[in-house]
Amino acid sequence: MATETTAAEGSSLVFHPMDQFIVKPLFGDGAIAWYTPTNVTLWLFLAIAAVFALLVLSTSKRAIVPTRMQSVAELAYGFIYKMLEDICGKEGVKFFPYVMTLFMFIVCANFLGMIPMSFTTTSHFAVTIPLALAVFLTVTVLGFVKNGTAFLGLFWVSSAPMALRPVLAIIELISYFVRPVSHSIRLAGNVMAGHAVIKVFAGFAAIAAISPVSVLAITAMYGLEVLVSFIQAYVFTILTCVYLKDALHPSH
Amino acid sequence: MATEPLTEEVAGTCVDAGGSAIGMPQLCFDWFPNQIFWLVITLVVIFLVLSRVALPRIAAILAERQGTITNDLAAAEDLKAKAVEAEEAYNKALADARSEAQRIAAEARAEIQSGLDEAIAKADAEIAAKAAESEKAIADIRAGALESIQVVAKDTAAELVTALGGEADAKAIDGAVDAQMKG
Repeated sequence: MATETTAAEGSSLVFHPMDQFIVKPLFGDGAIAWYTPTNVTLWLFLAIAAVFALLVLSTSKRAIVPTRMQSVAELAYGFIYKMLEDICGKEGVKFFPYVMTLFMFIVCANFLGMIPMSFTTTSHFAVTIPLALAVFLTVTVLGFVKNGTAFLGLFWVSSAPMALRPVLAIIELISYFVRPVSHSIRLAGNVMAGHAVIKVFAGFAAIAAISPVSVLAITAMYGLEVLVSFIQAYVFTILTCVYLKDALHPSH
Repeated sequence: MATEPLTEEVAGTCVDAGGSAIGMPQLCFDWFPNQIFWLVITLVVIFLVLSRVALPRIAAILAERQGTITNDLAAAEDLKAKAVEAEEAYNKALADARSEAQRIAAEARAEIQSGLDEAIAKADAEIAAKAAESEKAIADIRAGALESIQVVAKDTAAELVTALGGEADAKAIDGAVDAQMKG
């Protein structure tokens, strides 16, 4: 990034928009091994806590007339359940816990990332790529297990003219393998970009004349980011459903 | 965030000596194993919590609510049917009462009418009897009056004759008065 160059100019403006994404050990300054508890660990566990509070604690009373928090849990349940059922049909319902896990994790991690000074786990490709790869592998394995070689019919567009089919098959094949890439980069990219832009605006706040504009811009960006936080979780989940549908019903 | 300087040995390929990020921290592959490890733990925990506790519980709550609503609707339907039944019974009772009232009123009217007719007939008979009696009395009185007039006329005639200095002849006067009265 432009960090070093701006700092080197010696002006009062110092931008470190990417520093918020640095992974640090929670205890001490040692190197980061695979098992080291880091700020990633902390915020991932906070996401677990958030999911637990939203879906388990809020429903502990099992009220027939729900409280506000229980309504939130029920709405989230109904929202994802209906999405999965609409897209994948009855067969898709058995993947509901899996899809719900993805949605609840992403939405909680995104919103936890909106807390100032927090660490946004979903802004890291190391988090979103495994999520997307897990979906990709699930869909591929499930497709072959359920349909056998008929799953390859996904790439053979039988409604197209014979001459076009090989060409379309290549395009379909490429688009199939690009899925996990777009799936993961879309989420991390959106979240990261918003957070970095907010940091850049925050850097401008050092100049007194610009600072009101900067604060306004941060506020506006924050509102946009709240929207993005939810929409990206929604998009990730609905794409998961669409991919699952391909595995369950591969015919075009 | 990472504005406090890190020690020199931590500053590796991803973080410079000042603690700032070199390039995108997202592309620092040194951190990948750590992030992936904790992510997998997180996802497994969330999956277990959801599939074992949260989702069955919410499903049970929703099913229970659906059941309650269905039961309540059925109960409401029952009550509504009962209300309709009660209304019908009420209307029937009302109609019965009305016809009964009309019947009683007609009876009473007929009774009164017959009583009235009887009374009128009785009164008419009484009136007729009284009228006949009265007529008789009037005829008597009239006859009596005629007689009295004759007596008075004869007396007057006799007095007149005496006053005129004549000798009252009773027979002649009677005959004259009778003749006058007949004429």
